[in-house]
This record gives sequence, C-alpha cells and structure tokens, in this order.
Amino acid sequence: MGALGKPIILMIAMYLFLKFVLPYIPGSAPLPSSLIFLYLLLTAAGIVIFETLSGESKEAFWGPMQRFLTGENIGGLQALRYGILVLFPLLIGWQTYGSTASSDAPPAESRTIHPAPPGEYTGLSNPVPKTPENIMQGKGFYAAFCSPCHGGNFDGKGPAARGYNPPPANFADPTTIAMLQESYLFWRIKKGGVGLPIEGAPWKSAMPRWELELPDEWIWKIIMGEYDGAHQSPRTWE
Amino acid sequence: MSVIRQETETIQPAFRTVKSHGGWVAGLLLTAAWLALPSIGIAAEGPAAGPTEYRDIPYIGSRNLVWIVAQLHLLLAGFVLGVPIFAWLCEVIAWRGGEKRYDKLAKEFTKLLTSAYATTALFGGILLFLLVAFYPKLMNYLTDVFFPSFLLYCLLFLLETVTLYLYWYGWDAMQDGRKKTLHVFLGFLLNFFALFIMIVPNAWATFQSSPVVLSEGTAFERAWAATWNPTWWPINIHRLIANVVLGGYICGAYAGVRYLSVKSKEDREHYDWMGYVGNFIGVFGLLALPFAGYWLMREIYQYNQQMGITLMGGFLSWLFIIQAMLIGVLFLGSNYYFWLGITYRIPGSEAKYRRAMLMMLISLLLCLAVWMTPHSLVASIEEAQKMGGAHHPLLGVLGVMSAKMTVSNLMILITFMSFVMYWRAGKQDTAGWAKFGKAVMGAVLVVASLAVIVLGVWGYFVPAIVRINYFSTSQVAIVGFVILTITPLTALLLKSAKTTTEMVWGSMPPRAGYALVLNAVMVILLMTLMGYARSSSRVHWHVYGVMRDTSPYAYSPALGSASLIMAFCTFFFCILVAFIFWVATMGDKYKTASGAGKGDLPHGIPAMAGGAPEERQQQ
Repeated sequence: MGALGKPIILMIAMYLFLKFVLPYIPGSAPLPSSLIFLYLLLTAAGIVIFETLSGESKEAFWGPMQRFLTGENIGGLQALRYGILVLFPLLIGWQTYGSTASSDAPPAESRTIHPAPPGEYTGLSNPVPKTPENIMQGKGFYAAFCSPCHGGNFDGKGPAARGYNPPPANFADPTTIAMLQESYLFWRIKKGGVGLPIEGAPWKSAMPRWELELPDEWIWKIIMGEYDGAHQSPRTWE
Repeated sequence: MSVIRQETETIQPAFRTVKSHGGWVAGLLLTAAWLALPSIGIAAEGPAAGPTEYRDIPYIGSRNLVWIVAQLHLLLAGFVLGVPIFAWLCEVIAWRGGEKRYDKLAKEFTKLLTSAYATTALFGGILLFLLVAFYPKLMNYLTDVFFPSFLLYCLLFLLETVTLYLYWYGWDAMQDGRKKTLHVFLGFLLNFFALFIMIVPNAWATFQSSPVVLSEGTAFERAWAATWNPTWWPINIHRLIANVVLGGYICGAYAGVRYLSVKSKEDREHYDWMGYVGNFIGVFGLLALPFAGYWLMREIYQYNQQMGITLMGGFLSWLFIIQAMLIGVLFLGSNYYFWLGITYRIPGSEAKYRRAMLMMLISLLLCLAVWMTPHSLVASIEEAQKMGGAHHPLLGVLGVMSAKMTVSNLMILITFMSFVMYWRAGKQDTAGWAKFGKAVMGAVLVVASLAVIVLGVWGYFVPAIVRINYFSTSQVAIVGFVILTITPLTALLLKSAKTTTEMVWGSMPPRAGYALVLNAVMVILLMTLMGYARSSSRVHWHVYGVMRDTSPYAYSPALGSASLIMAFCTFFFCILVAFIFWVATMGDKYKTASGAGKGDLPHGIPAMAGGAPEERQQQ
C-alpha cells in the first residue's frame, strides 16, 4: 500500500483542499471545475514522474496496479478486479455521454475580456493636459456617471454593481486598467458594450455607449480621474 | 466557384461510369481531376474579371493547403538550419579537444541534415508554387517590394547547397591536418549561409505583420527599408534559438528511437549518449527561448496595440495557455530525463539526490500551475456567479504577465540546477575552497530566486512600462547572472574533483527514450501553435493595415478548427521525419547486416538519403 497509497491520499487531499479549503480563505471564492481539473492533472503528472524515477520506486508504484489489472496472484480481489474492468469503460462512456449529450445548461464561458480595439483607436494619446484641475474634474465626472456601478472607491462595488453579471470592472485591481493604454479605455467608454467587436461576442457588458451622452474631452478627463483615483498608471511606451 | 461546382458535377457521373472498369482507372482519373481543379478556378475568373487575385482548391481550401505546406516547410527548415549549428560545434570540440566520438556525433547529425535538406527545399518549392497560384495579388505586391532580396535568397540557396555537399561528402576525405581546418571552415560557412537563408525570408513574413512606410527609391532601397521592420530582428533571434531547440530535441528523439531498437552494447551506449547530447542542446536553447519570445511580444505590442491585444488579451490569448501547457511538459520532460540520467547512469546517486529531485519537481509543478492559470477562467454560469465574474478573486492575479515572467524565470533556474546536479553527480570535490565555493553558489541561487520573486510581486504595484522595461529585464539579467556565475564555478570545482562513480552509458530505461520522443513532439506542437498565433495576429490582412484579405477566407478559424490543422501538421511532420531518418539509416542497417568492409555495399545512395561517404571510400 505504501508507494501506491501515498499518491492516492495526496490526490484526495489535493482535491479536498481545492474544493473545500481554498474557497474559504478570506477574499477567495469557489474554483471552477476546469481549474480544479488542471491542478489535479499537474498533481497526477508529478506523482507519475516522481514514482518512476528509479526502477524500485516504479515497481513499488506500478507493480501492484499491474498485478491487480492482470489478475496475477490477487486472490480474493478477483471480483473487485472484474468489477473495475467493467465499471471503468462504463464510467468513460457515461462521462463521454455527459459531455456530448444535448443539454439545456448554458455552455461554459470563455469570454474574451480584452477584445482588440479598432485600428482608429490604437495609438491615440490623451489630448487633455494632466493638471490637478483636470484630474479633479475627471473624478467629478466619474462620480456622476461611473461610480454607481464602478464604485466610489474605484473597486467595482458601486450601489448598482450587484445587479450585473459579469460585475463592473474593479479599477483598483492591478490586472485591469493598469494593463491597458488610455486609448483602450477611451474606446470602451465611448462605444460601450454594444460597440464590442464580433470577437467579443456574445456581448456581456452593460456598459452604456457614452459617446451619446458625453463629449470626448469629458471622457479623456474621466480616464485621468479613474487612473488617479484607483492609484494605477496607464500602460505607456515611454 | 460555381464553375468549379458545375465541373465537379460533370466529373462525378463520369467517375461512376469509369468505376465499373476498374478501381485503378478511377483512382487515376480522380487524381488527375483533382490536380486539374485549380485550373478550373483560373478559368472561373475569366479575362473580363480583371487580374486574378485569388484561386482556390475544393474541399481542403487554398488557405488550409498553404497553411499546412508552409508549416511543414518551416518545421523542416527549422531542423535544417538548427542542426548545423551544433553539428559544427561538436566537430569543433572534436577537432580542438581530440575526442573522436564528438566527430562521429557531428557526422551523424549531418547525415540527418542532408536527408532533411532536400525535403525542405521540396516543400519550399511547393509552397512557392501554391502561393503564386493561390495568392497572385499578394505575391505581386511582395515581389514588387522584395525583388532584390528574392535574388539574394536564390544566391544564398546555391551557396548553401554547394557548401553542404562539400561539407558532407568531404567529411572523411578532410579528416587530417589542414584539410580538417578547411572542413571546419566549411562548417562555419554552412552556418553563415544558413543564418542568412533564415533571416532573408523572415523579412518577408515580418513585413506582412509589421510593415513600415515605404518611400520612393530604388528597388534595393525599398527592399532594405521593408526588411528593417520592427519585428524582423526579434523574429530572427527567436527563430534562431527555436531552431536549435527543435534540432536538438529531434536529434534526441532520433537517438531515443534508435536506443530503443538497437541490440548491441556499443550502439546502446552511443545512442544513449546521443540522446543526452540532443536533450542537452534542446534544454540549452530552451533556457533562452522565453526571453526571446518576450522581446518579440513586446515589439509586437509596441508596434501595434491592436495586434498585441489580439494576441495576448483577445481571441488568441487562449493559445498562450496551451503554450504554457506545452512548455511545461517540455520542462518536465527535460528535467525528468536529467533525473533518470542521475538515477540510471550514475549508480548509487539516486539516494543522494532523490530528495533534491522531489523539491525541484514540486517547485516546477507550482511554477507550472501559476503559468497555466488563465486570467479569465473557463467557468459555467453558476461557477462564474460564485466567483463574481470570469476572474477568480484570489487566483486571478496569477493570470497576468508579472506572474508568468516570474515563474518562467524560476523554471529556467530549476532546470539549470537540474543540469548542474547531473554534472556534479558521481564526483567528490577535492579542492580546498570547495566548501566556500558551494556556499557562494548556494547563496547566489537563493538570493537570485528571491530577487526574481520579489520583482515579480513588486511588478503588480508599478506602472506597466516600469515592469516591462526594468523589472522583467532585471529578472532575465538575474537568471543570466546565476548561469554565468555557477557554470564556471562548477567547472572549476569539477576540474580537481575525484570521480567516485563512472558514468554508465546505455543503462537508461526505455521510458527515457520515450521522454525524448515526447519532448520532440511537444516542440513541434509548440511551433505549429505559435506559427498559427503569429500568422493569425494579422487577422484579415495579408499585409497588416496595407493589403486587406478579400478572399472568402478572410476570417480567423475557430480555435478548435485551427488545433486540428496544428495536430495534423505535427503528426505529418513526425511521419515525414521518421521516413527521412529511416531512409537515411537504410545504408547503415544494410552495412551492419552484411558486415562492415564488404564490397557489395549500396554505392549509389543519393544525397537525399544521406548517402554515407564511407561507402564511397570503400569503393
């Protein structure tokens, strides 16, 4: 049981950790099954690699499985062997059926979060001077038009945020606007969710098309206010 | 297209009639009809429709056919241009150091090279014909821009061919004295021409992705201006390293397969050693490849934000998760091979290093888990609701470049240490400063690893440009510093070390051979994957922002469809390489079967088959 038991215990422990421990760490959330599968796959790969590093460890790891599967000197476990040999293909069949049969469940999401902006928006730079007054004005516009969803603290937790799925972007997160150039934000604010290109389909953004409400200058000021308020900097090449 | 359809409808009844007279006649007719179909496409355009812009081929489609042929040509070319680099280095090592086995190894590498060279040229020719036939408008434009470099390319090809023939066929004749010096010089020339054979067409491909404004001037001035486009040198460096990696791993796989099949002790020892060298060359290149890839992506992003986002944040971003998976397997496979080497080639070392191997394995897997964690996760509606969106609130931070760069650097460090461990196994230090030296090396490694991690975490809190220009480059510099410090120190230590256990070649288990094959397949898959990514980043442009693709294929295939073509290219390339190597070694097998030195050896083995010069000598 030694060499074979440890890997089995490790796999179970890893699954329990990913499923029942990690989600309850403060600030965390349940992991999607795709990620759990990925991490379990890595764990299994690690086990196979380590256990086959030498002839002895390989024999201790693989030998019992081989003997069990071939029925070599397994005595009373013969019935269990037949059971597994029958059940395993059935399990695969069930899994295959489950993953290919038509279902009313919506498909898993693989949304493109950052579709590429149209060519006319690439390379634009903010024409509004970065002065304290303009930044302050931008924050004011932000408070009026953006904060109901994106939050007064720029954290995506405005009073209306709970009504949206996916939730409004959290600008304080260093993996959102800090990764983008100002021109990208200008495009997204100006054109909104309906302005997303085909590669962003199906559109999943309730962002209004602000070009109907706000002049370009205000949008540029809002962008400055957002970066300043969220303590982030736009991506630049200088 | 309607004409093609009409013709197809005419062919089908005829085919049914002929079928009754014999399957082979039908087969011939069908093949002839299929080959003639493009000409129907030519007719379809008609003289009144203006210059023909595109032609098509039924069923497979012109784009898919060009894609497959171009990918196969590129893979073959990568092998043909990568192998001479280390074949020549092996020859130089043998020439300067006097170790004959390196000369034999270099010759064996070159034998594979000659076999693959003709096939590469063949696929290059097919690709050219297909491009001219299917994309005349684009080819007219590119010819107009690059005409002088087309001529240069032809000249380089002639020089490369002549040099390769002299290098290969003159191997045995130029073994001694000044003749050997001349042979080594020929090897240098071979690599010199090969480098230019790679970088000249790179200019054509990179111009399509990142064209520059061409002002009026002579044909030469325009070609030169187009050649110096922003992604030309990043691609040159990236491909140069990738070719070495591909060549190394394929030679490793060749050795792995031969190792599994040979019977004699000498052959097992030789192919075990060749497999080790192939893996070492692959790993050596692999250590530098992520840096080159990062530089290329940076240049693409800087050239055009739209293209950068399409690749790294847009619809092609999933390819980079698959890339992480493939590179991860490659790192694991390469390290596994080193560790098997410690266990099996250096008896008694396993107990000493097993714990270290476990720690390295866990570290590699943790790094790989970070690298493979996407920023936006695949999740059902319920799962996304529980997470509060497509980003996991805790693990989402692992999905961006700061984390990816950090773990890729750490994986490089771990792999380098695996090699150092292998290098040191079976030896006992005798130098007086050994203890101090090892302490210094340990400290360098620990401090460097911590520095890489600190810079990675810090990268989240600084503007992107600071992270890209300073932190990421510092991480690379730190890893480079570790490699450049520990390698000479280890070499110095081992110079005076006592060998406690001799290396036993030929004792590796069969799974080591399979690991070498797995590594080669991973590299090929990687190249097909990233080849698609680079081409697709142009989206609906032949020449980005200059010449729009107006063919029916002006769309990006779904990732699933694209992956089928990638898998096919990988499979077909493996089959092709297996065939080429089989043909290349046919003479050796015959020689072995008939006994060396007999007069009835196959004298006429053509160059494509890697006709061995020794047969000629024996005539």
